[in-house]
Amino acid sequence: MKILNDLCQIAKKDLLEFSRDRIRLATFIIMPIFMMLLTGYIFPNQNSLKNIPIGIANQNSEYGNQLVEAISNLELTANTKAFLVKNYSDIDAIKEAVKKQEINGGVYIPNNFSELIKTNQQAEVTIIEDQANPQISAVTSQVLSQVVNGFSQAIATQKAKAILVNKIPAGNQNPNLAASIIQPILTKIEGLFPGDTTYFEFVAPGIIAMIVMTAVLTGLAASISREKEQGTLDGILVSPISRLAIILGKALSQSIRGLIQGAIVMLLAVFLFGVHINGSIILVVLLLLLGVFSFVGLGILVSAIASEQETATQLLFMFQFPMLFLSGAFFPIQQMPKFMQIISRLIPLRYEIDALRKVIVLGAGVSAVRTELLVLIIFGAATLAIAVPLFKKMITR
Amino acid sequence: MADIIKVKNLTKKFKSLVAVDSISFQVKKGEIFGFLGPNGAGKSTTIRMLTTLTRPTSGSAEVAGYDIVKQPDEVRSHIGLVAEKIILYDHLTPSENLQFFGRLNGLTVEEINKRADKWLKRLKMEEWKNLQVGTFSTGMKQRINIARALLTEPDILFLDEPTLGLDPQTTYMIKTFITELNKQGVTIILTTHDMYEAEALSDRVAIIDHGKIVALGTVEELKKKVKNKKSPTLEDVFLEKTGFEVRDKIGKMAAMHRGPHRITQNNRVR
Repeated sequence: MKILNDLCQIAKKDLLEFSRDRIRLATFIIMPIFMMLLTGYIFPNQNSLKNIPIGIANQNSEYGNQLVEAISNLELTANTKAFLVKNYSDIDAIKEAVKKQEINGGVYIPNNFSELIKTNQQAEVTIIEDQANPQISAVTSQVLSQVVNGFSQAIATQKAKAILVNKIPAGNQNPNLAASIIQPILTKIEGLFPGDTTYFEFVAPGIIAMIVMTAVLTGLAASISREKEQGTLDGILVSPISRLAIILGKALSQSIRGLIQGAIVMLLAVFLFGVHINGSIILVVLLLLLGVFSFVGLGILVSAIASEQETATQLLFMFQFPMLFLSGAFFPIQQMPKFMQIISRLIPLRYEIDALRKVIVLGAGVSAVRTELLVLIIFGAATLAIAVPLFKKMITR
Repeated sequence: MADIIKVKNLTKKFKSLVAVDSISFQVKKGEIFGFLGPNGAGKSTTIRMLTTLTRPTSGSAEVAGYDIVKQPDEVRSHIGLVAEKIILYDHLTPSENLQFFGRLNGLTVEEINKRADKWLKRLKMEEWKNLQVGTFSTGMKQRINIARALLTEPDILFLDEPTLGLDPQTTYMIKTFITELNKQGVTIILTTHDMYEAEALSDRVAIIDHGKIVALGTVEELKKKVKNKKSPTLEDVFLEKTGFEVRDKIGKMAAMHRGPHRITQNNRVR
C-alpha cells in the first residue's frame, strides 16, 4: 500500500506543479485545440468545398449556358455555393488567371459545343487544374467532372427518349427505359452508417491517439529529465521509497494529462466537427488507456537513457516523427509502398489508430479489435519489462 | 564517541575516470565533519554514494549503522541532504514542498505541519510559507531547503556547499544554525570551498584530492603539520596538501578528451 500512496503523492505533486505553470498549462490546452482546428478546417473534402474561385470561358450559348448555370448554382452545403464563378474570354485567359492565383481552376466550353451535341458528335469540355494546390485541385476537378458527367447523361437521356419514341409504341414504353439504356448499371454505395465519411473523420482517431502518445512519451521523458537537471529528483531519490513508485507516479500524472488532452480533442471532434462515435464510448476510453499503457514503457526507456531534457526531446522526435507518417494517422497505409506497410506493422501507434478508427467510425466491438488490443498489451508489457529495471539502474549509477 | 559513518576502500569509477579512489575514513556521532577538496576532487561523488544516490564501484560504507548498498532505505530514513542544487519545486509553496517530501518520508500531514512550523520559524521563513518558492531569493530558498532536509529529524545532515552564493547575513545565519543543530546532537557532514567557514565550524576535517584522502584530522592537528608558516590557517593546510594549480572538473574532463591542456596558477592554459 505504501507504494500506492507514494506514487499518488508524486502524481499529485506533478499535477499541482503543472497546474501552476501558466505557459505549460496554456500550451497543454491550446495545442490539441489548435491541432484539431487546423486539421478540421484545412483538409478539404467535398462537403467543405465552399466558394472556391474558378474561371469559366464559355464561347457557346445554348448548352454552354446551361452547363455554366449548373456549375454556378452547385451547392454541396446548404445555402453556400461550391464555386465563385468568374468569366473569361478563352482558355489562355483562364490559365493566366490560375498563374496569378486569382482562381483555383477553370472550365473551357468551346464555341462548337452545342452544335456538336446537336449533330450527334462528341463535344468536349476542358477542365483546367491549379497544380500549385494539388489537394484543392483534385477535389475541384472531381466535382467539376461530376457536374459535366451529370449534364452529359441528361442530354444522352433526352436523345435516347427521342429515338425510342419512334421505335416503341407509347403505351408499351417504360418511363425509365431511356435512362436504363444510357446507364444500365446504377452503383449503390452503402456504408455501415448513414451519411458520408469525411477525411476529418478518418483523421480524428489518428489525432486523438497521437495527442495521447505525445503527452505520455514527451511528457514523461521531459518531466523526469527536468527533475534530473534541476536536482529535485535527488530529493525524491533520497527518500525511503520504492524506485518503482517514482516511475509509476510520474507515469500516472502524464497519463492523466494525456487522457485530458485526448478528451479535449474528442469533445472538439464530436461537438465542433460532427464526428459520430458509432461504437461504444467505453471501448474508446479503454483503447486510450491501453494506448497510454503501451507508450509508458517507451517514455521511461528514453528518460533512463537521456540525462538531459534536450537529449530526451531529440530522441523522442526520432521515434515520433516516422510514427506520424507510418502509423496511418494522416495517410492510408494501403497506399504506401509494400516495405513501408511492413514497417508500419511494427509501430504500436498504428494498432491504436486502427482500433480507434474501427470503433469510432465503423462502430466495431471488442471482437473486431482483438488483435489490436493484444498487440498494445504485449508492446506495453515488453517495453515496461525492459524500461523499469533499466531506469532503476540508471538513476543510481 | 561511536562512529556513525564508516567508509572502507570506497571507489567510484565512471568508465576510465576514477572519481573516488579507495577512500577510508570514519565520522563520529555528533561531530561536524568538514569534507573539503578542490573542484572535481571527488567530494560530491562521495556524498552521493553516502546518501545512496550513486552506487559505488567497489568498497563499502555504513551510514547510521546501515550498509549503503544493501540497506539503502534504512540509510535514507536516517539522513537529510542539502545538495549543491536546491531541492525545491519553484511552482509550489514552502508548505506544499514540505508536505510532498514529508509524505514521501512516511510522515503524516499533522506531523509535517508541526515540524514545518518549527523549522520555518527557526529559519525565519514562517511568514513566507504560502507563497510560491520561485519568487524567493537564493538565500530564502536555501533556508526552506534546509527545513526540507530536517523534516525527518535526521541523525546525520549532509550539507553540500550550503552557503554558496549567499549574502553575508544569510551565511552568518546558516552557520549559526548549523552550530545550534549540532549541539542538539545532529551529526553534520559539511562540504565547502570557504576555508574560514570550514575552520570555524568543523571538529574534524578530511581533504580529498584526485579521489584520494590527502589529509584527515582535527583542524589543529592538520595546522601543526604545515611547514614554513608561523601561524597557519586551514587554507594553508589545504593549499599545501592540494597544491596551487587551478583545477576544474569540466577542465579535467575536457582534458581527458582533448589532450594535456593544463591551467596554471596564473590562469593561463599551457
